[in-house]
Amino acid sequence: MRIRIKFTKLGNVKFIGHLDLMRYFQKLMRRSGIPIAYSAGMSPHQIMSFALPLGIGDESIGEYADIELTGSVSSTDAIRSLSEHSAEGIEILSFKMLPDDAKNAMASVEAADYEISFRHMPENDFYEAFAKFMQQDSIIVMKRTKKSEREIDLRPLIFAWSIENKRIRLRLKCGSVDNTKPELVMEAFFASLGLPFDPFLLLIKRIDLFTEKDGTFISLDEIGADI
Amino acid sequence: MKPVLPDEILLKVEKPARYIGGEINAVYKDPRDIDIRFAMCFPDLYEIGMSHLGIQIIYSMLNERPDVWCERVYSPWIDLHAIMKEKKIPLFALESQEPVSGFDFLGITLQYEMCYTNILQILDLSGIPMHAKDRTKDHPIVIGGGPCTYNPEPVAVFFDLFYIGEAETGYDALLDLYKEYKNKGFDRRKFLLEAGKLPGIYAPLFYETTYHADGTIAAFTPTEEGLGETIRKEICMDLTHAHYPTKQIVPFIRVTQDRAVLEIQRGCIRGCRFCQAGMIYRPLREKEEKELERIAEEILANTGNDEISLSSLSSSDYSKLPELIEFLIAHARENHVNISLPSLRIDAFSLDVMSKVQDVRKSSLTFAPEAGSQRLRNVINKGLTEDDILKGAAEAFKGGWTRVKLYFMLGLPTETEEDLKAIPELCNEIAKLYYELIPKEERKGRIQIVASSSFFVPKPFTPFQWAAMDRAEDFLKKADFVNHTMHAQLNQRSIKYNWHDAKVSILEGIMARGDRRLSDVIEAAYRHGALFDAWTETFSQEPWDKAFAETGIAGDFYVHRERDPEEILPWDFIDTGVTREFLLKEWENAKAGIVTRNCRDTCNGCGAAEFGGGICYAH
Repeated sequence: MRIRIKFTKLGNVKFIGHLDLMRYFQKLMRRSGIPIAYSAGMSPHQIMSFALPLGIGDESIGEYADIELTGSVSSTDAIRSLSEHSAEGIEILSFKMLPDDAKNAMASVEAADYEISFRHMPENDFYEAFAKFMQQDSIIVMKRTKKSEREIDLRPLIFAWSIENKRIRLRLKCGSVDNTKPELVMEAFFASLGLPFDPFLLLIKRIDLFTEKDGTFISLDEIGADI
Repeated sequence: MKPVLPDEILLKVEKPARYIGGEINAVYKDPRDIDIRFAMCFPDLYEIGMSHLGIQIIYSMLNERPDVWCERVYSPWIDLHAIMKEKKIPLFALESQEPVSGFDFLGITLQYEMCYTNILQILDLSGIPMHAKDRTKDHPIVIGGGPCTYNPEPVAVFFDLFYIGEAETGYDALLDLYKEYKNKGFDRRKFLLEAGKLPGIYAPLFYETTYHADGTIAAFTPTEEGLGETIRKEICMDLTHAHYPTKQIVPFIRVTQDRAVLEIQRGCIRGCRFCQAGMIYRPLREKEEKELERIAEEILANTGNDEISLSSLSSSDYSKLPELIEFLIAHARENHVNISLPSLRIDAFSLDVMSKVQDVRKSSLTFAPEAGSQRLRNVINKGLTEDDILKGAAEAFKGGWTRVKLYFMLGLPTETEEDLKAIPELCNEIAKLYYELIPKEERKGRIQIVASSSFFVPKPFTPFQWAAMDRAEDFLKKADFVNHTMHAQLNQRSIKYNWHDAKVSILEGIMARGDRRLSDVIEAAYRHGALFDAWTETFSQEPWDKAFAETGIAGDFYVHRERDPEEILPWDFIDTGVTREFLLKEWENAKAGIVTRNCRDTCNGCGAAEFGGGICYAH
């Protein structure tokens, strides 16, 4: 039986990197007595995969991991046991069984919502400028990877945006193709203003991850059901 | 707890999770309910300190007391060190994130000599005066413990107290005494003096050393009434029922020993003459096997670790090892836990066990002959013969192993060129054995032999405490000779040879057998930038050279001369139970190449039977 776990990464644990978070969850499963399945072979490992790595320093209220179980456990009991054995900031929000035909979280993630606030208050017309920036038909930036440097248009990768309470909210394309990070959008915006960009200025919180179904985005949490 | 360091610092330094606390099983208490705040420090990087069992034991033991909150402190890495110095941020404990300077105690474990400058970093960043004599009632009591306190003299002026021996037995009395003094208006000097009268506690402020004109010690005496001339180590004779941490802290980041640790025994029966641990932890005391089973299950449940490791100086000597391993294998299989078995002698039994718990192809066999020739192995009393090694290797090759690691020491007492030559020859014999034993069609490539040598450092409380240590250039010549001879072997393409840097070994030797005068050198070296000297990437000889030059202290005096048995050694005032007479007899036996049998075979009268238990009474 496949299970999707939704959890938070808030506070101090934002300093834990992705690989360490994976190790953390492996140990959490053991402490909580969740009947997780192991792979076969000489060095068996837990069958577990995460949706999308979060940058060190970023917080989230919508992270996902998929696991496979060998036995049954109710959502209520599992959430209670996992929460009891978890560290502060990693709160287990849901524990749901996936339908047989569901793709795993990593393969199905198509979009992510981010909320961006600023460590120092930007100038007053900053948010108006951002609105103007978003009204462009295309936003051409250089995307640097380890191997190459290429020009891409960011605009179609920003599915939605809004400004609420001096916070910028973005829905960005993510996944294996055209994965877009909020820093990239903000860097392009700062460049358009002719301002120097310091990524440290941003406080990024991931709100949720989505998959696409019949032309609409639905939360990864809505794919499964309580057991 | 919110980190005391702001994001802008934490996101700038390497691995910020080193500094935030909040790990699973870390202990949090309300400071309002606490009488004694204790900061327990391992003066090295978090990843090293978190891998140390002793700290986990003391942490858990002290936190059992409702009136004590014990927290952890590690050395900030050089990146954060620079920021803390520049911004004058005081060093803090991980749990409360509060400054160490406000604690009642700062405990520092001394695990190796090359961490001495890190001790000064801890004091410096905490804003605690480096010298005990300059501290006031507002500063924490700085107390040292661990193996290097068996010669605390080089760092004695930096500490208010040392706890000599095993922590399980004496901390309650010390903490109770402190509480009594704290309640009646704290008088630091009076407290330290009274503490110095407790068993196992050494208060260096109240001891004085005088020297002969040749620099050797004339006398070492207490300056106050009521203090002992010798300090006897504390020892826990009932290990089975001693406090053991089953809620070991689970770090967020990967640390050096990322596994649950099960201590099966303390002490060692072997009596290798170079080994300090084998002497100072005498006598061997085992924990009952059934209790170990219970502890193992509990630790695994509480930590979620996927690996458990046995801890001891020589696991093969544990008398109920087959029963324990059988239990662990059954439990491990059911729960997908790996078992790690360091310090096993290679024989049919251990190979059988190893083939059950690890992937033979990926793992390697480890031998520690320490010396190449049988003659020299007799000198150091390493009871491992060439026959043992070749038989073990033969069994292993038949079982599919193709990797062999061998550990040697260069510069052992009485060593000759013949002994050095025997190292490559032994490696070659092992390779030859493989090619003879395994038919060509069954081989998966070449056998891989990795031989490593370190430079021998004489340590206090060993029969070699009187021995002269080689000079750096001699060490390197020897390593060069071994390397050259290695290349002349028929199977040289199957053998890789590594050796250490000699300079650090010399410094380690100076600190290991040094006296109080060295504290000036350590302080000067720190001021000149020495820090993390145990790390190859951060070690620099330069600050040390400057420090010796500036203080006019000759390091050579402490290492390169053979000491006279009549000489008063800086650590003679400590009583480990093992007598000076025994060590001296062993030093003579070494020079004569006479082997001493292990404690299980016979009692050699070392003196540890005084403690009234353990292997001494198993006959």
